[in-house]
Amino acid sequence: MPPTESATLDRPTGAGQPGSATPAPTPHRRRRRARLFLRYVLLSVGAVVILFPLYMAVVNSLLAPSQIAHQPPPFFPFNPQWGSYRKAWTEGDLGIYLRNSAIQTSVIVAGQLATSILAAYAFAFLDFPFKRTLFIVFLATLMIPFEVTIATNLATVSSLGWFNTFAGLTIPFLATGFGTFLLRQAFLQIPRDLREAAQLDGYGNMRFLWFVALPLVRPALAALGVFSFLGAWNQYLWPLLVTGNDNSVRTVQIGLKQLLNTQLDQINVSLAGTVIAVIPLLIILVVFQKQLVRSLTSGAVK
Amino acid sequence: MTTTDLAVPDESAPVRRHALSRRHREWGLAYLLLLPALLVFGVFTFYPFLKNFKLALYQNPPYPGLPSHYVGLSQVGSVLSSTSFHQSLVSTFFYVLMVVPVGLLGGLLLAIAAHKAIRGMSMFRTAFSSTVVSSVAVAAVVFGTLMDPVVGLLPWLGIDPHPAILQNPTWALPAVSLIAVWQFLGLSFIIMTAGLQSLPDEILEAARLDGAGGWTMFWRVTVPLLSPTLFFGLVVGTIYAFQSFGQIDILIGPQNSGFTHTNVLLYYVYQALSIQHDPGVAAVLSIVLFIILLVFTLAQMRYLERRVTYAAN
Repeated sequence: MPPTESATLDRPTGAGQPGSATPAPTPHRRRRRARLFLRYVLLSVGAVVILFPLYMAVVNSLLAPSQIAHQPPPFFPFNPQWGSYRKAWTEGDLGIYLRNSAIQTSVIVAGQLATSILAAYAFAFLDFPFKRTLFIVFLATLMIPFEVTIATNLATVSSLGWFNTFAGLTIPFLATGFGTFLLRQAFLQIPRDLREAAQLDGYGNMRFLWFVALPLVRPALAALGVFSFLGAWNQYLWPLLVTGNDNSVRTVQIGLKQLLNTQLDQINVSLAGTVIAVIPLLIILVVFQKQLVRSLTSGAVK
Repeated sequence: MTTTDLAVPDESAPVRRHALSRRHREWGLAYLLLLPALLVFGVFTFYPFLKNFKLALYQNPPYPGLPSHYVGLSQVGSVLSSTSFHQSLVSTFFYVLMVVPVGLLGGLLLAIAAHKAIRGMSMFRTAFSSTVVSSVAVAAVVFGTLMDPVVGLLPWLGIDPHPAILQNPTWALPAVSLIAVWQFLGLSFIIMTAGLQSLPDEILEAARLDGAGGWTMFWRVTVPLLSPTLFFGLVVGTIYAFQSFGQIDILIGPQNSGFTHTNVLLYYVYQALSIQHDPGVAAVLSIVLFIILLVFTLAQMRYLERRVTYAAN
C-alpha cells in the first residue's frame, strides 16, 4: 500500500456510476433526486447533532449571565458580549495555560518524532543482535496503557523533583511504540536499491537518514506529528496529577476545570475559555485532516 | 536488508576484517539509536508496570510517613472482594455498554450517509470528524452547561430530575456516557469511512445490479464486508471507554462519584492514588485494569501484526 493513499476522507466515491452520462427516464431520475434530497436531510441532521454542543458553547459564551438562565434558552446571541473572552484570558489565566500547553505539546511532539525516527531507522535499515527481541519490546509498550503506570510514575516524578515542572509533564511521553512502528513501516517501503546507491555514493547512515529517507516518509511523519499533537494537547489525567496547584505549568485542559470550579456564576467565561481552548485543534483538523485520518486508521484497513 | 552483503565479495583477509569492524560499528549505531526510546520505556513504562505487582503486596501505613509493610496477597483479596470494587466493575461495564455500541452505530450511519461524492460532502465530513479533536475537558464543560439544571436545556425540554442529573444516582452515569459517545462519534466515523472506502466498489455495484435493496444491501453486503472494520472499531472504542476519566472528574468529582455510581475503574484508581494516597490499592486496581485492557489490546495488535507480515514480505 502506498503510504500516501491509505485512507483519506476526500477520496471521491461512487463517481462514474453507470448511466450517469446518459439521460435516465423521468421517474427514475425523480426517484434519484428524492434519494439525494433524503441523503442531504440525513447529513444535515447528523451535522446539527454533532455540532450543536459546540455551537451552544459559542452562543452561551457570548450571552450576558442574566440571559443564559433565560427560558426558553436563547439559540442565537443577538447582542454578543465579548467581555467574557477578555475575562477568561486575563482573570482566568487562560493566556498562561495556553502558553504552557504550547510548550508541553511541542516538547512531546518533537521528542516523539525524534525518538521514533531514530529507533525506526535502526529497525528498518540496520542489522544487530537481538533485533527481533527488541522490536517485540517496543511492541509490548503498546500493551501497557499509561493509565496503569500512574501509581509508580507519580512517585518517580516526585523523587526526581519533577513535580510541577515541564520535565514531569513531558519526559514520560518522549517515546512511543506506535510512532516507531508507524515510521518503521514507512521506512520499509523505501526501495533497497536506493540505500545501496546512496552507500556507493559514500552516504553514511545519518546522511542517508536525513537527506534521503526522511524526505521520502514525510506523509508518515506528518501523520505521526498530528497524532502526537492531538494526544499531547488533550491529555488530562497526567497533567492533573503532576501540576498540583501551580498555575505556572498547568495546561489548558486543567485550566478549564479550574475556570469551571472557581467561577460557577460566570458560565459564559468558562465557555469562552472552552472555545479558546478548542480553536487550535479545529484549525489542526481542517488543515491536517488527511494526516489525522491516516494515523487514526492505521491498522483499521489492510 | 543486511549492509554487510554490500562488502566486496572478495575473500581476502584485510577486507573481511574491515567488514567485521564495520558490522560492529553498525551494531553500536543501532543500539545508540534505540537507546533514547528504551530509556523512556524502561523508566516510565516497564518499571512502573512491574512495580505494580510489588506495590500490590504492600499495605499502606495508617499514618503517612511510616513505612508500608508486606502483607502478601491479603490486600489483593480484600480489594477484589470489596463492594466498592464490585460497584466499580458494574459501573464500568454499563458505561462501556452505553458508549461503544451507540458510538459505533452512529459512526457507521454517518459514514454510510457520507459515502457518496456529492456537493458539500467534504464539509459534512469535516463536521462529522470534528469531535475527535475536542478534548475531554472541552466536552465536559460544554455538556456540563447543557445539562445544568438552571442554565441548561433540560428544563426547557421538560426533563428536570431531582436531584439534578449529574448528582442523580440513576442518571449521572448515562449522562457522562453521553459525553463519551459524542466524543467517540468522530473517531468512529473516521474508522468506518476508511473501512467503506476500502471495500471494492465492484462488489457493491454487482449487488446493487442484482436488485439488492437498501436494507438487504446493508445487512447482507455492507456489514459482512465491513466486519473487520467493525471489529477494529469495537476494540478501539472499548479501550477508549475504559480510559474515560476527565468528564467524571470535572462534572461529578470525588465527593459524588460513589453514590452516583460513576466511579468507573480508572476513576477508582485515581481516587485510591490521589485522594486516599494508597498506592497499594491503586496498584491492585491498575493490574485489574491492565488485564481487562490486555484482551482488547491483543485483539488490536493482531491488525498491527498483519501489517508487519505484509510489510516484511
